[in-house]
Amino acid sequence: MLELSTNSALLINFVYVIAAALFIFGLKLLGHPSTARKGNALSSLAMLLAIVVTLLDLNIVNYQWIIIAMIAGSVVGIFAARLVAMTAMPEMVSLLNGIGGLASLFVAWSAMVSPNTMSVFILLVTFLALLIGGVTFSGSIVAWGKLSERIVGRPIMFRGQAIVNLLVVLAVIASGVMFILFPQEPRYLWLAISLSLLFGVMLVIPIGGADMPVVISLLNSYSGLAACAAGFALHNNLLIVAGSLVGASGIILTQIMCKAMNRSLVNVLFSGFQSVSNEKMVIEGEVKALSADDAYYVLEAAQSVVVVPGYGMAVAQAQHAMKELQVLLEANGAEVAYAIHPVAGRMPGHMNVLLAEADVSYEQLFEMDEINKRIETFDVAMVIGANDVVNPAAREMKGSPIYGMPVINADLAKNVFVLKRGMASGFAGVDNPLFFKPNCRMIFGDAKETLNNIIRQFDH
Amino acid sequence: MDAIYLLFILMLSIFVGFELIQKVPATLHTPLMSGANAISGITVVGALVLAGDEALGDYAMYLGAFAVFLATINVVGGYLVTDRMLAMFKKKK
Repeated sequence: MLELSTNSALLINFVYVIAAALFIFGLKLLGHPSTARKGNALSSLAMLLAIVVTLLDLNIVNYQWIIIAMIAGSVVGIFAARLVAMTAMPEMVSLLNGIGGLASLFVAWSAMVSPNTMSVFILLVTFLALLIGGVTFSGSIVAWGKLSERIVGRPIMFRGQAIVNLLVVLAVIASGVMFILFPQEPRYLWLAISLSLLFGVMLVIPIGGADMPVVISLLNSYSGLAACAAGFALHNNLLIVAGSLVGASGIILTQIMCKAMNRSLVNVLFSGFQSVSNEKMVIEGEVKALSADDAYYVLEAAQSVVVVPGYGMAVAQAQHAMKELQVLLEANGAEVAYAIHPVAGRMPGHMNVLLAEADVSYEQLFEMDEINKRIETFDVAMVIGANDVVNPAAREMKGSPIYGMPVINADLAKNVFVLKRGMASGFAGVDNPLFFKPNCRMIFGDAKETLNNIIRQFDH
Repeated sequence: MDAIYLLFILMLSIFVGFELIQKVPATLHTPLMSGANAISGITVVGALVLAGDEALGDYAMYLGAFAVFLATINVVGGYLVTDRMLAMFKKKK
């Protein structure tokens, strides 16, 4: 029996090594759009291998609940993946982050109530799995609420928030100590779970809608780290490897997002956007509106057009209309490029997915740095539902809260059209001097309708 | 000593992760996140052992089974939605 059990453990761990290699190779293939789909398939194969071989574990004697749980989970997963709209992807990703965190929490909880005695180290990592899992879950639920506008998107701040947060952190540490000292006492387990959930909520409520790309990336990283901690608790190498790959991925995305907003992670997490209290900035010039019909004449004569999409394009679902206009412009002999700011939208790569859905080739999407080098050469820049990411105040107004943030210099193009509902300022609450520039024209109204109006002119 | 060995694995895989992910272009960041999400569903492997081991008692088994349920959503939902997105990324014809 002993020999059999070591053989089975050997086989399981050997297959885990193969699975880990496949995960790594799958992520490598994700480095280019042409191979990414294969990479994802490879990664899912690794997962399948790992699950199948784990079921051979001799400690597993009762398959009843496993089968029920796996079938139920698969059904939910399949429906969620099939039914979700591409525009709801940020909500989907944050929900999945949350579920991943909760799974780690339950693994840690289950390990705690099993009769095995645990060393201090194992207790510590089990506590960490519980804590990170809980924070990931409640934080993701709040993020999901904000993204789907079930909770107000603006930062929720109150007097004494810093002190309350400090108290929560101290309580978490205290509960951790008690948890490790008295592992038999279920009260401390409950306390630790409750505090971790509270901590997650406190962490995300002060963060505003436009900072969501940072939060989602960070929670993504946490969901990996929670799996990693669970791996330590269960002595499972594969959990550690896969969990840390995810953790690293989330941290890198977080860094990229912070850099794109010229803010530190600490600043995003704890300060919200400071209200604009500086001396009133003087913006000269006037806002000039333009009708869709007149926009057509300019676009018809244009040799090159750059499109700068933002969250407003997602809200108006204008990506398909834009693609239609792109085809017409190209048939008319113009070059069309898309300029994507790293924090445009509500999560990393949000705009890219929407444009891919509308069948825009990824070779026509350019990153901020690439497009800024040649933005002067474009006849028309069309800003669709973006505001802060094209705000020249970031470049030229020292007092502005977004001063120093890298932006797409749409104002340097020969003509700028801004498709926008009204004159409301962007998330940062900052006036946008772009709208007052002499080469800028505002086309007010729903972006999708505006684009359709222009398309109709082309058809005539 | 066991802990040290696990920390070794942790350190090496974090380095590998950083190297790999840095090469992912911005255009694929959303599929990267949902794909990574599916990978974090690897918790299912740990949960399976807890859900099927009668020696641990009913309580632990039920909690483990619930973790299997959650992690399976993550795995199945994550991979499928990532595949759906990646299928849309096309070159110009």
